[in-house]
Amino acid sequence: MTRTTNISKVTPVVGLEIHVELATQTKMFCRCINQFGDEPNTHVCPVCMAMPGSLPVMNRQAVAFSIKVGLALGCTVPEYTKWDRKNYYYPDLPKNYQISQYDLPLAAHGVFEIPLESGETKAIRVLRAHLEEDAGKNIHDLPGCTGVDLNRAGVPLLEIVSEPDMNSVEEVLGYARSMQRLVRWLGVSEANMQMGHMRFEPNINLHIEAGGQTYKTPIVEVKNLNSFRALERAVAYEISRQTSEWKADPEGFTLAKLGKQNRGYDDNTEKTVFQREKEEAHDYRYFPDPDLPAVVVDEAWRESIAGDIGELPLARRQRYMDAYRLAFQEADALTMDAATGDLLDAAVAVGAEPKRCVNLLLGRAAAIAKERDCTIADLGIAAGQLAELATMLTDSNINATSAETVLVAVIEDGGSPAEIAEVQGLLQVSDTGRLEVWVDEAIAENPDAVAKAREGDKKVLGFLMGQVMKKSRGAANPGEANKLLKQKLGG
Amino acid sequence: MSQPIDENMVRHIGTLSRIELTDDEVRTFAKQLGDVLEYFDKLQQLDTEDVAPMAHAVELTNVLADDAPRNGLSTEQALANAPQHERDFFRVPKVLGEGS
Repeated sequence: MTRTTNISKVTPVVGLEIHVELATQTKMFCRCINQFGDEPNTHVCPVCMAMPGSLPVMNRQAVAFSIKVGLALGCTVPEYTKWDRKNYYYPDLPKNYQISQYDLPLAAHGVFEIPLESGETKAIRVLRAHLEEDAGKNIHDLPGCTGVDLNRAGVPLLEIVSEPDMNSVEEVLGYARSMQRLVRWLGVSEANMQMGHMRFEPNINLHIEAGGQTYKTPIVEVKNLNSFRALERAVAYEISRQTSEWKADPEGFTLAKLGKQNRGYDDNTEKTVFQREKEEAHDYRYFPDPDLPAVVVDEAWRESIAGDIGELPLARRQRYMDAYRLAFQEADALTMDAATGDLLDAAVAVGAEPKRCVNLLLGRAAAIAKERDCTIADLGIAAGQLAELATMLTDSNINATSAETVLVAVIEDGGSPAEIAEVQGLLQVSDTGRLEVWVDEAIAENPDAVAKAREGDKKVLGFLMGQVMKKSRGAANPGEANKLLKQKLGG
Repeated sequence: MSQPIDENMVRHIGTLSRIELTDDEVRTFAKQLGDVLEYFDKLQQLDTEDVAPMAHAVELTNVLADDAPRNGLSTEQALANAPQHERDFFRVPKVLGEGS
């Protein structure tokens, strides 16, 4: 052990590359369907199979989606952008080059605000976002060979590269999850992890302060992580691995001596593993693709896309906390996707009380959405239905329990909440004459409880109220019924 | 002056391009590629002070297609020219590890 191993501070420094598959109808350079999970080699044509003489034609929507993400990330979208060939050989890459962007990406130099557990936000700088094509898929479980499926070859892929501004596992995960929310919000990707719509490549090293000096460990890039769990484990593992490797060799295990390294990730052991690579593997010999003319993004195009973006998740969440007085968790749950918040805002716009709407959306509706693995908005509740039900609550025409029942009926069969409540006898009864019948019955049927209640037993009073509610099938106005019950017991 | 093309560089480019070269070919190509680069050196002598840098050789821009699906090839057609296939996959020698 040398004196330098007395570490006073370890700061992880992490940058993240995120690949996002764009949800266009068709591929980037041909009009084959962009669709996951179909039979192998069913969405292929001469272009995406790299037949000689075929020519790529850029998908306008893929460019527009990329610009949208760039603008939402506060990036500069240059007027002139072009595509380059990145040359390497792999069976899933039929052209033996990937069409990507080298020196003139579609978007550069943005900032992405991410939420931290403390409730604060942190600004992570975005270096660039460029549009490239995905490769096909190699299937390794065939007997004695590898199989290649080219359905994914040529699917548009947006690569978003951050600056190394993240300093903990929490920040890396926060950034990745926020990016997933953002691309879904913008409607540019389903960002479904199981379908491989998002893949991560973190760059990790440590700044270690020891003995009055700062040491930098070699930067490790972990390739191809396809789940949040793998991302979390890989970054955590690298932090601990690099710490112990540095302790073992403080002067040798440094960025200056070892430079950058690539590592893979093993899902079974949840560790990163050394990858042997041929020395020339990264000599990609980029050059401008002569088949693809450059794209000029004029102000009119840029402005029309910018006008489509609207309020972003963080801003909306803050507005909900300020204007609707929601707790963080409520505001967060309502801003997982854009449509659920749109529904809430539309109901409020026609006069419903925000808090009533929120309670309705985050009650049984949220539970059903979770069961169905969809968003709350996907349940198909209309803003008018939500507003009507919320207003019935405000006007004490229905109680909270019955409102949930009505909402479930609305989700399942549609219809007007007021009519459903009427038909199912769920309208709240505040009329003394009708309440008296249920109260009298409850008193007559429970003489023991009544006696105890008269001696001042509060618990038994609750039991009797429960009996009244049961008799009314939840329709009794609890406040009025309680008043009446107390009157009768006291008298 | 551009980087001179020597025989090692030709071998390196050959390896990157998965092309096997004989020693004779390496010598020939080193000479030929060297001549090409020499010509570029000549071009470098031109005064380009007032010429804007060119990012692409074609002056066309925004050749874009609508995002509307069209039928491609059937799986049978797609596999028809493949030397080998396994079920509906192209068959290639066993690949170990993932590429970039």
